[in-house]
Amino acid sequence: MSTRTPSETASDQGPAERPDAAGEGSEANGSAYDARFRVWRGDVDGGDLRDFTVRVNDGEVVLDIIHRLQATQAPDLAVRWNCKAGKCGSCSAEINGRPRLMCMTRMSVFGRDDVITVTPLRAFPVVRDLVTDVGFNYEKAREVPSFVPPEDLGPGEYRMMQEDVDRSQEFRKCIECFLCQDTCHVVRDHEENKTAFAGPRFLMRVAELDMHPLDAAAASGLDRKSTAQEEHGLGYCNITKCCSEVCPEGIHITDNALIPLKERAVDRKYDPLVWLGNKIRRRPT
Amino acid sequence: MSQVERQQWDVVVVGAGGAGLRAAIEAREQGARTAVICKSLFGKAHTVMAEGGIAASMGNVNSGDNWQVHFRDTLRGGKFLNQWRMAELHAREAPDRVWELETWGALFDRTKDGRISQRNFGGHEYPRLAHVGDRTGLELIRTLQQKIVALQQEDKREFGNYEARLKVFQECTVTRVLKDESASGDGRVTGAFCYERESGRFFVIEAPSVVLATGGIGKSFKVTSNSWEYTGDGHALALLAGAPLLNMEFVQFHPTGMVWPPSVKGILVTESVRGDGGVLRNSEGKRFMFDYIPDVFKEKYAESEAEGDRWYEDPDHNRRPPELLPRDEVARAINAEVKAGRGSPHGGVFLDVSTRMPAEVIRRRLPSMYHQFKELADVDITAEAMEVGPTCHYVMGGIAVESDTAAARGVPGLFAAGEVAGGMHGSNRLGGNSLSDLLVFGRRAGLYAARHAAAPDAARSVDEAQVDTAAAEALRPFSAEGPRDGTVPENPYTLHQELQQTMNDLVGIIRREGEMAEALERLADLRQRARRAGVEGHRQFNPGWHLALDLRNMLLVSECVARAALERTESRGGHTREDHPGMNRDWRRVNLLCRLAEPADDSPTAGRPDVRAEPAAGSAAPVGGLAAAEPARGRIALTRVTTDPIRPDLLALFDKEELVKYLAEEELFE
Amino acid sequence: MATGTEPHLKKGSAPGGVRHGTRAAIAAAHLRTDRWWLQPAATAAGLFAFVVYSTWRAFANADYYEAPYVSPFYSPCIAENCEPMKNGPNWEIFGSWWGLSPALLILIFPLGFRLTCYYYRKAYYRGFWASPPACAVAEPHAKYTGETRFPLILQNIHRYFFYAAVPVAGILTYDTVLAFRNEHYEWGHAGLGTLVFLVNITLIWAYTLSCHSCRHIVGGKLKHFSIHPVRYRMWRWVGWLNGRHMLLAWASLISVALADFYVYLIASGAFDDPTLF
Repeated sequence: MSTRTPSETASDQGPAERPDAAGEGSEANGSAYDARFRVWRGDVDGGDLRDFTVRVNDGEVVLDIIHRLQATQAPDLAVRWNCKAGKCGSCSAEINGRPRLMCMTRMSVFGRDDVITVTPLRAFPVVRDLVTDVGFNYEKAREVPSFVPPEDLGPGEYRMMQEDVDRSQEFRKCIECFLCQDTCHVVRDHEENKTAFAGPRFLMRVAELDMHPLDAAAASGLDRKSTAQEEHGLGYCNITKCCSEVCPEGIHITDNALIPLKERAVDRKYDPLVWLGNKIRRRPT
Repeated sequence: MSQVERQQWDVVVVGAGGAGLRAAIEAREQGARTAVICKSLFGKAHTVMAEGGIAASMGNVNSGDNWQVHFRDTLRGGKFLNQWRMAELHAREAPDRVWELETWGALFDRTKDGRISQRNFGGHEYPRLAHVGDRTGLELIRTLQQKIVALQQEDKREFGNYEARLKVFQECTVTRVLKDESASGDGRVTGAFCYERESGRFFVIEAPSVVLATGGIGKSFKVTSNSWEYTGDGHALALLAGAPLLNMEFVQFHPTGMVWPPSVKGILVTESVRGDGGVLRNSEGKRFMFDYIPDVFKEKYAESEAEGDRWYEDPDHNRRPPELLPRDEVARAINAEVKAGRGSPHGGVFLDVSTRMPAEVIRRRLPSMYHQFKELADVDITAEAMEVGPTCHYVMGGIAVESDTAAARGVPGLFAAGEVAGGMHGSNRLGGNSLSDLLVFGRRAGLYAARHAAAPDAARSVDEAQVDTAAAEALRPFSAEGPRDGTVPENPYTLHQELQQTMNDLVGIIRREGEMAEALERLADLRQRARRAGVEGHRQFNPGWHLALDLRNMLLVSECVARAALERTESRGGHTREDHPGMNRDWRRVNLLCRLAEPADDSPTAGRPDVRAEPAAGSAAPVGGLAAAEPARGRIALTRVTTDPIRPDLLALFDKEELVKYLAEEELFE
Repeated sequence: MATGTEPHLKKGSAPGGVRHGTRAAIAAAHLRTDRWWLQPAATAAGLFAFVVYSTWRAFANADYYEAPYVSPFYSPCIAENCEPMKNGPNWEIFGSWWGLSPALLILIFPLGFRLTCYYYRKAYYRGFWASPPACAVAEPHAKYTGETRFPLILQNIHRYFFYAAVPVAGILTYDTVLAFRNEHYEWGHAGLGTLVFLVNITLIWAYTLSCHSCRHIVGGKLKHFSIHPVRYRMWRWVGWLNGRHMLLAWASLISVALADFYVYLIASGAFDDPTLF
């Protein structure tokens, strides 16, 4: 497992070792230890898992270790990150095969003898090392019709009750880390479904807008309930709940967004009473 | 080098945080074809970290609020150093900017009657912050992001292309603002030189207007709440383009950052913790803030714990607790407690909500704080106190701009908005005023940038030689200069850490003349070594290379901070001098402008003691003395300028007794 | 560029999963180191055990009634070949032509309710179909269309099974009331079986009402809760139950099997129902 190439061993002890790296550790030296990491390095043309041995201090998270690798052993190791506090959703990766935010994965959850494997997200095209091309998500974001403001209300005239905005507010906690999109087997295991399926994050966006108390899409002729199924691939979801499991914000994606959206689609498409009512009242379905 | 791709746009916005996106929306709605360039992915900007809220005097919770009160609070917070016209525009326009967000789909927390709820915050007289739990910044970014998508969907319907008139270039960095430098030109902006982080490919955007909205400089400090992006890019781009920076000595240290574990040291603990009832205690269990109420605020704050506690329920008949003093006061107080040996085990003080509210209320009102501590520090804030200490949070200084148009002074076509622009917040920013600042001046920058681009004489082409120079500069880390004494190239990560340590230790929250002089020497040394910063690997997504390029910006900006801080011999807001502890009324009217002391190209003579700076351009005389002392004299020249007098009707909003504390004699009699 | 400016979908439209040509070249189907297989295996084993047991009992057509208890598998009993139950839920809706076990006539409804239930769907998609076996573990199928076409598109009729499940639960409630008699049909008595029935019916109701369709119907479909305060309160209440849907699904599955087994034990004479009062 831990067979290291000579060059890595050399740079390990080379001049790049910063005085500060030790300084940081000195605050918690008693519990510092060397951990074994396997990090995927490569690009679209290929790559492999490389072994590293790297210092870990008390209270650190996986992202700290990746940064230490960058600063001491692999200066060109590509990784995305921003806030380091679980708020921006940039440092998504797969740690021991599970989609996680690196900044929110504390080293203390692993045993000291564990080998910790870090790979890029495996549902998206790889760019380099831990960085993937998440463009899929931005394309899907564009395919969801935006909020339609009510025509009769100007800025400052919006009145909404807290209980009416609670549901959509839960979905707006989303930090767009795309871990749900990564873990969802509909696209993770079936590249060909990417054209037809928006993924949990953007189906949740449809639900958010459909539950927005002042969204006037219906009045403008857009029925989010049926387009969720017809255009955003709601039917592909088989509610196996991996999206909810990985969500770092703890959003109940399946129970509060996807299933209610499925039920709303049923209202439109499979409920004969509703269907009949709509026919009679000539409402757009 | 001529193969560098060129694209033509009307307005380029550098930065996709709140200000950048708001500017882009405005420019696009004005009809300008607008490009947004950002270092991270779209929607990841540092604005998401803003927790508390957006300050706007809508008066939904307390109808006594109006723009005049907001203006007054802002000026008090900034210790009257604010560019008053900006503060006025900000206070007047903030409510409209917030309401506009609702029409784009934002969902703020509501009052009982269905309006936008507003919360209390440090330095604001009334509950004023529109908020969404403690993730207001995320809501702001997402709303703006989704508005941009909405505009792109419009374009898709109209032109068949989402990006016909508004395009976001994600994960790209601008290294130079390009200007018309021909003999006949007036130095106007012609575009920007950029590289794609992912591929390392260079490209040039030709555009008559460039809006800088790059945020702050926190990554020059070791303990900071800022993300890696905050390397002062916009500040440096403006400097290099010939625009001055204003009052760079004012750096806000947020009083409550996490202090443990080390890996998250500096990460913010929102002020709402205190706004909602959290209190600060030292190791002796004492609520020490009552000992630190400065004279200018004596009448506004509670004198006893009992009165402070009553205020949460009955703000009209009680004064607020001193935990809600402006950030600079609280940060200094914490610093003093720790120095006096009354700190917490990890070198902070205790911030406690667990004894003040039921656990379930804490989880509902402060959900992301609860999670942040639970997951990052394994601390349950409903059961025990947090440990907090000051962290570098915000720079009040920035690009000197015209108040109404957000245009950078002296460079036609260059605009700045948000944290990168200076003046609005004076010497200290109030919490909540940053998000409203982004919206108000983001919109103004977009508006005037679009107008500038629409002018018939707008510049359209970029000079080939400038592109080649910029490309050579960007590639230099791959062929780092051969060191004279045979050592290896410098590691950019090491340089960065030394820079952060220098700024933290020597130009930090409490400043002393000798230390700052030493900082300037160290910065000069780092500048020399940065020229030898080399990187391994290739140009494709290479963080070492990116850091090496960002170092130029951090070094320039750090020098501005250190030099201006050395010059201002008083303590005010975000600038505290141990050797000049008092606020000096004569300094109120003085603004310090930083300019590049040399030609804009990064010539090898930079920082060498034998090269004398040209006197800085500008109306006022360059400052001699310390700033020019050898060998620390670097690339920045300081000038002092006197601010315009505050308009009489705005001054009339204050009591005479209050003005006496801030304004110099001659100002009072004018 | 990661902006999504270039059309990625075209280039990546070739079928494939985590080993698709554009993805990071990792040979392993997954890199999970935990016992990810435990949950689907346990789920599959549990469901399989119930299927085996209930098939046996449903086709047995025996030992399902011993006054005053009727097995929930055979209630209501609507064929002529039912054992007579005094005041019990047997109505001869189906005539004498029905020769099979009367359980089959009625089990369709609870079976359909559970088969289309959002929780059981998750459970058997994962446990039996391995689609996916566990999160971030590659599924073994080359093609996947989810619930977009026949027959799985029929999962959308879940709410009609919910409508049917409500009267079924009502009848089981009636059975539980009848269980407050003794074997001579005298009221005011209870045995251990009554307790078993009480627990079972409570769990059946909790499971039925915690259904996602129920949550939608009572209030979830509304756009404005503020103008429907009663339905809002019901929605919150059902939502609280719904958060425990999985737990209730298993608890009620086990309890219904146990209730049936209890009736089997006393009907077959293997056990005497202890009288409580």
